[in-house]
Amino acid sequence: MEHFWQWFSGLFANWGVVWNNFDYLLVGAYPQGPLGGLAMSIVMAVIGIFGAFWIGLAAGLMRISKRPWLSWPALIYIEIIRGTPLLMVIFWFYFFAPLLMNQSVPETESAIAAFIVFTGAYIAEIVRAGVLAIPKGQMEAARGSGLSHTQAMVHIILPQALRNMIPSFVNQFVSLTKDTSLAMIINVNELTLAARHVYTRTMKAPMEIFLTIALLYFAICWVLTAFSRRLERSMARYQARTSHDR
Amino acid sequence: MNYTFNWALIFAGEYGRWFVDGLAVTLELSGISILFALLLGTLLTVLRLSRVRPLVWFSAAYVEFFRNTPLMVQIFFWYFGSDPILPDFFKKWLYQQNIEFATAVIALSTYTAAFIAEELRSGILSIPKTQLEASRATGLTFIQAMRYVILPQAFRIIIPPLISQFLNLIKNSSLAMTIGVMELTYMARQVEAHTFHGFEAFTVSTLIYLSLSLLVSFIINQYNKHFLHIGSRR
Repeated sequence: MEHFWQWFSGLFANWGVVWNNFDYLLVGAYPQGPLGGLAMSIVMAVIGIFGAFWIGLAAGLMRISKRPWLSWPALIYIEIIRGTPLLMVIFWFYFFAPLLMNQSVPETESAIAAFIVFTGAYIAEIVRAGVLAIPKGQMEAARGSGLSHTQAMVHIILPQALRNMIPSFVNQFVSLTKDTSLAMIINVNELTLAARHVYTRTMKAPMEIFLTIALLYFAICWVLTAFSRRLERSMARYQARTSHDR
Repeated sequence: MNYTFNWALIFAGEYGRWFVDGLAVTLELSGISILFALLLGTLLTVLRLSRVRPLVWFSAAYVEFFRNTPLMVQIFFWYFGSDPILPDFFKKWLYQQNIEFATAVIALSTYTAAFIAEELRSGILSIPKTQLEASRATGLTFIQAMRYVILPQAFRIIIPPLISQFLNLIKNSSLAMTIGVMELTYMARQVEAHTFHGFEAFTVSTLIYLSLSLLVSFIINQYNKHFLHIGSRR
């Protein structure tokens, strides 16, 4: 019993380490030094998802095109990325970007580029599924009223499709937020690397430190996941249907 | 671009051997982890559907927590931080193993179990309720009904998503390199460090991952074609 209490109180002995370094976990050395920690993770995820949205939109639309010279490159891009671990993509950018550009590329930038290219392929699949889910009658009616294929896509199909995709985009953002932790492998000072710094410096309380950052990630991701679930439920009501559905 | 390609380097000497060893570790790690993940995932699903409040809550909390935290953090938690919470006999056993590999198996299987539990749950919920009611009416207990009626049908439906979870697991196993498991990504990094020929090293390892995933998607497609429309007798 005494043994148990010793163990139990031990679980609460070291949280001071987390408390003393909490600002480092949140923002890094900022404002005296560079931004880091959780703030860096969020910055990378936000920039990443915006970049990935445009690449994913382009690749997704190319993928459903009937012209092979448009659909094949998109297909190859999507399949290669989806069949490769993110860690590999991060290494490509880290090692190849300086070679291709003939100058050194900062770690943060090459990590963000990797996130954009990686997440873009997954967004492309969301876009493809979203556009294909819009009933065919919508396109036919738009073409019938005199719009060109591009006009119909931009003004009729995409506005509906993109709105339906919002929950999937939120989920993809959650994945990306978790994925930013991989940037530590090339020394980007985001939350996971900040935690390792704190542990290396203090050599104390690894359980408390890693549990804390897990909870930080969890707080963000879980709130967003819950939000996307609610969106999904409330949006199910407003969708164009085929005559078959009614 | 000042870079001379040297593909022969990768296949000559010991470096080719390193890739083969790395691939073997990746497959071993993923293979062992998927077994534990399936066991744990099935257990979580049974708890979730058990209608016993605390068990349902535990299972739901487990799934939410493991799905919404990065695998990288979980790996570091198990590797650096799990010491105070693991029981002594387990630690004793663990320290006799290859500690990095064992930690990676624990992290990957507890993580993947959460995803498998969600797939299984939606698979089971897609089986009409009347199946359970009918089997209960014929005198089976809840567990027997699950074991002999519901789960066999659910497993058939969820085999394609399970296989793609296995593929995710193979890709996720690359994270084990961060704690020094010598799997494929680790070996690619090693070859890069020894030869300064990163382009060749990462191309070869990427191609290996790609062929694994193409193989897996091929299997899923074949499965869908041959079994799914024959198998759905309802």
